[in-house]
Amino acid sequence: MKKIIEGSHAVAEAVKMCRPQVLGMYPITPSTHIPEKLAEMVDNGELDASMIRVEAEFSAISSIVGAAAAGSRTFTATSSQGLALMHEVLYAASGMRLPLVMVIANRALSAPINIWNDWQDTISERENGWIHIFVESSQEALDSVIQAYKIAEDDRVSNPVAVSMDGFYLTHVYEPVDIPDQKEVDEFLPPYHYKYKLDPSKPRTLGTFAYPVPYAEIRKRNFNDFHTFGKVVKEVHDEYANKFGRKYGNGIIEEYKNDRPYTIVTMGSLAGTVKEFVDSRDDVGLVKIRMYRPFPKEEIRKALEGKEMVLAVEKDVAMGSNSGALYLDIKDALYEVSDKPRLNNGIGGIGGTDITRDDLGDAVDKLKGENGEIFWFKMRG
Amino acid sequence: MKGDLFAPGHRACAGCGPAIAMRHILRASGPDTIIAHATGCMEVTTTPYPETAWGVPWIHVTFENAASVASGIAEALKMQKNTHTNVIAIGGDGGSADIGFGAVSGMLERGHNVLYIVYDNESYANTGVQRSGLTPMFASTTTTPAGKVIPGKMQRKKDIPMIAAAHHIPYVATASVAFIEDFENKIKKALKLKGPKLIHIHTPCVPGWGIPENKTIYYAKKAVETGMWVLYEIEDGKLKINIKPEKLAPVNEYLDGQKRFKHLTPDLMEKIQEHVNEEYKKLVALDGMQIF
Repeated sequence: MKKIIEGSHAVAEAVKMCRPQVLGMYPITPSTHIPEKLAEMVDNGELDASMIRVEAEFSAISSIVGAAAAGSRTFTATSSQGLALMHEVLYAASGMRLPLVMVIANRALSAPINIWNDWQDTISERENGWIHIFVESSQEALDSVIQAYKIAEDDRVSNPVAVSMDGFYLTHVYEPVDIPDQKEVDEFLPPYHYKYKLDPSKPRTLGTFAYPVPYAEIRKRNFNDFHTFGKVVKEVHDEYANKFGRKYGNGIIEEYKNDRPYTIVTMGSLAGTVKEFVDSRDDVGLVKIRMYRPFPKEEIRKALEGKEMVLAVEKDVAMGSNSGALYLDIKDALYEVSDKPRLNNGIGGIGGTDITRDDLGDAVDKLKGENGEIFWFKMRG
Repeated sequence: MKGDLFAPGHRACAGCGPAIAMRHILRASGPDTIIAHATGCMEVTTTPYPETAWGVPWIHVTFENAASVASGIAEALKMQKNTHTNVIAIGGDGGSADIGFGAVSGMLERGHNVLYIVYDNESYANTGVQRSGLTPMFASTTTTPAGKVIPGKMQRKKDIPMIAAAHHIPYVATASVAFIEDFENKIKKALKLKGPKLIHIHTPCVPGWGIPENKTIYYAKKAVETGMWVLYEIEDGKLKINIKPEKLAPVNEYLDGQKRFKHLTPDLMEKIQEHVNEEYKKLVALDGMQIF
């Protein structure tokens, strides 16, 4: 059923249909409308879940770690400072391979304090061992949340998944969203399952202390497993596409008019702007990254090989690397390509600044003959 | 599983007070229990991968979140309509009264069906005996070393049981490893009550306090006899002192022989005595009263 709803409410609808039992929730802009909508659903009896209104994001994530380990499907959502506060537990959750699902409404990190959108929050968590998916639209947010549970709880994965959506641009915008039937979601998503459940009839010790050698072995095992998750992300995406009729590229990346000499690589709602820009030109195409972690090196290499110039456009910086973080990943993916494109970096959308179609034109025209340059969007002087 | 649910062979120090508490927590709770444990001595020494001392399901996540993890477990069980499994959160003094304080308060305020047990060895013993908010006044620790100018920790202990009781929860109690039957009874009583409960148990620390390994119970007992530690319960807001000595033994009976107090001058000892007298008097005045 198609409805015009807010992006945050699309997320709440998706969560509801996945039938979580425990929600750990703390308000922070711009993710707040998600817990508000879920609270309404719980308090009106539409969602049979216990919503723990915690005293901090640290406890939001901690409480769902406990609940997920005890055998219940869970959910949380946060942004920016809230995600940073969760940091310690995010690593513990992936270390324990807990199938959590979280939505991150992307927002800038302090200081200065700023409530608007950029990606620095998720980008700063890029090595936390979670699967990270970036979405372009409210529809993709809804679809990705449902897929996220299936990916996280797949025994070949058993790992937390975060869905990143641009704060305000998606969370607060009303768009037509196709909401699937509960019955179909039930068919798609089996009941929650965590193979190391806390169960008095089969006592297990989770989150133990490990001396150097076993610690290193566990890290290595998780590291090796992590790079196999892309296959399941793709598989779940394809299964979803077959059942619900919606797909996002190949589930990992999406190529749009990528048969042209120049390519913009980006993520999130910015991909929508880039599509419009690409439509207005005949020399630029788009590669949108949907699965940001594990980084789809192979897909990116194939999509960019033979291009004249690639422009990585991103809303974050990798302090100390003299570039954005996405740029580094792309550069890494292109290392083994013999016919290397020139690679430039567009950094913008920081702290809620805008990137328009015209801005993208300026960036491409300025950098198409360059290599290794940064174009800063919307800077005075 | 034969014998204790808390198995021997863990790596805790000889004479470890907290380890005694752990054993009796499980004796009182039985096997139908899930434990959420904070980082600390008992977590590190009982779970060296791939070994474990725990015969019940047990989870550790971080230092400061045992209460939040337990909140989630309790809600999961509630949603699964499991009304029989006990949920116990365990943290040391640092993990409960300092870094995990907000999480403990949140858990108590929200009313989850969890028993929180603070095992208090009065310092960050696991990291080498640093000061915590529950280190007693004038104790020498590695971050409050008794110096020429400053004689150890200059602040008093945070009053955790009273803070817990101020959350209007059904049950709060103090306990001691020297009064183990009392401790087990309090656990059993707490586990029968719905909602959040907190037990604060005094657990001497051999290396942290600088005491012989065969004196753990001796010092725990002396703490109660001198009034340095008072055994009481607050049930539905009503306070009851469980052991009320006619006359308190002088504090030096407790302080003497502990390395952390060996620098105490008669003046400082007198200050501790005055403080204990005053606090004990206040508590006795509240005995039998509805205080929350």
